[in-house]
Amino acid sequence: MPESATEVDRLSLVIEIGCMAVRVHTTDPRFLAMLQERYAGFVFSSERAEIDLDVQLTPPNFPEADAPVRVTHHLGRWTLERGDFHAEWEPASRTGWIRQTANPYSIDAVLRIIHTLVLARQGGFLAHSASAIRNGKAFLFAGVSEAGKTTISRLAPTDATLLTDEISYVRKQGAGYVAYGTPFTGELAKLGENVSAPIHTLYLLAKGSENRIDPIPPGEATRSLLANLLFFAEDEELVQSTFHSAFEFVSRVPVSRLTFVPDARVWELIG
Amino acid sequence: MSRLYVARNPRVAARSLDGEMMIMSGRDSTLFTLNKTATILWQSADGTTPLDHIVEHRICTEFEVAPAEALQDAETLARELARHEILQISEEPIPPRSPLAGESR
Repeated sequence: MPESATEVDRLSLVIEIGCMAVRVHTTDPRFLAMLQERYAGFVFSSERAEIDLDVQLTPPNFPEADAPVRVTHHLGRWTLERGDFHAEWEPASRTGWIRQTANPYSIDAVLRIIHTLVLARQGGFLAHSASAIRNGKAFLFAGVSEAGKTTISRLAPTDATLLTDEISYVRKQGAGYVAYGTPFTGELAKLGENVSAPIHTLYLLAKGSENRIDPIPPGEATRSLLANLLFFAEDEELVQSTFHSAFEFVSRVPVSRLTFVPDARVWELIG
Repeated sequence: MSRLYVARNPRVAARSLDGEMMIMSGRDSTLFTLNKTATILWQSADGTTPLDHIVEHRICTEFEVAPAEALQDAETLARELARHEILQISEEPIPPRSPLAGESR
């Protein structure tokens, strides 16, 4: 463990996404530098952090490298596992650790999961959705792989601020919802801007032969939103929270289907 | 033939929207949308009202269907919902269990 305050500062950084700061500790300066580059725009030197994560770098010797993600809760402690990492997080003490190799993908997955768990208790969520701000309003573009999230992001005009092309960060705030920029990227491989705005509309993407917006019945809107939420935990209470959060969101935010052809004119309908 | 009793599993999340009942399994997050008959069955499944009573007084009054046929369909449906752990079924009345968050609408 480093002894001086200077060394501690050098070997830790704060990654703040959606107004939640996570301080990451490591003994490897090269790994720290990789994180600084990976999360550029979301890295702060702030002392304030809601969670402290200690990253323990190991050689690549995980026995089941292809094992899928598994998130379980027992006696106040979350266990997060995938083929390439093992992590634990205790909300009460606000501390946790990750055992992984020196790569940016494992910690990225752990951060997504932790944010999902925290947001679920606060009425928010992460969604498979691109998002952007235009004229002070945030718009979400949800859809599964190949639905057009990357395409709609790539077509965004210069007066639109891209929050993400892959994973939208949604917080409940007062009577509405706010979308935050995230460093969680998709095919565009471009980090979102670290800004936020009230959500005006959630669009469900569909590729078609013309640009058009159609209303969607609440039931279909809720089902579609639920299908696009990131959720990992095998935890009945959080499943219930997330389920009800989707209904709350649909009751407060307009949801429409956005059918579009892949050219920039679709943005004439948005904003 | 013994009577069947059905009860909502309190460990699922359920919500009605525009008359459409959606249920999510707390175990594996699977989402179910119930049709009208299944919704009536779900809403009537208090653990103490026998299934044949639910069929006679709630389902047959809503749909034009013969009671015997309706009961057979309802039993099949109840067992299917029980297989997904949405409903509990028993040949005895089912005492209430404490829910995690309960149903809201």
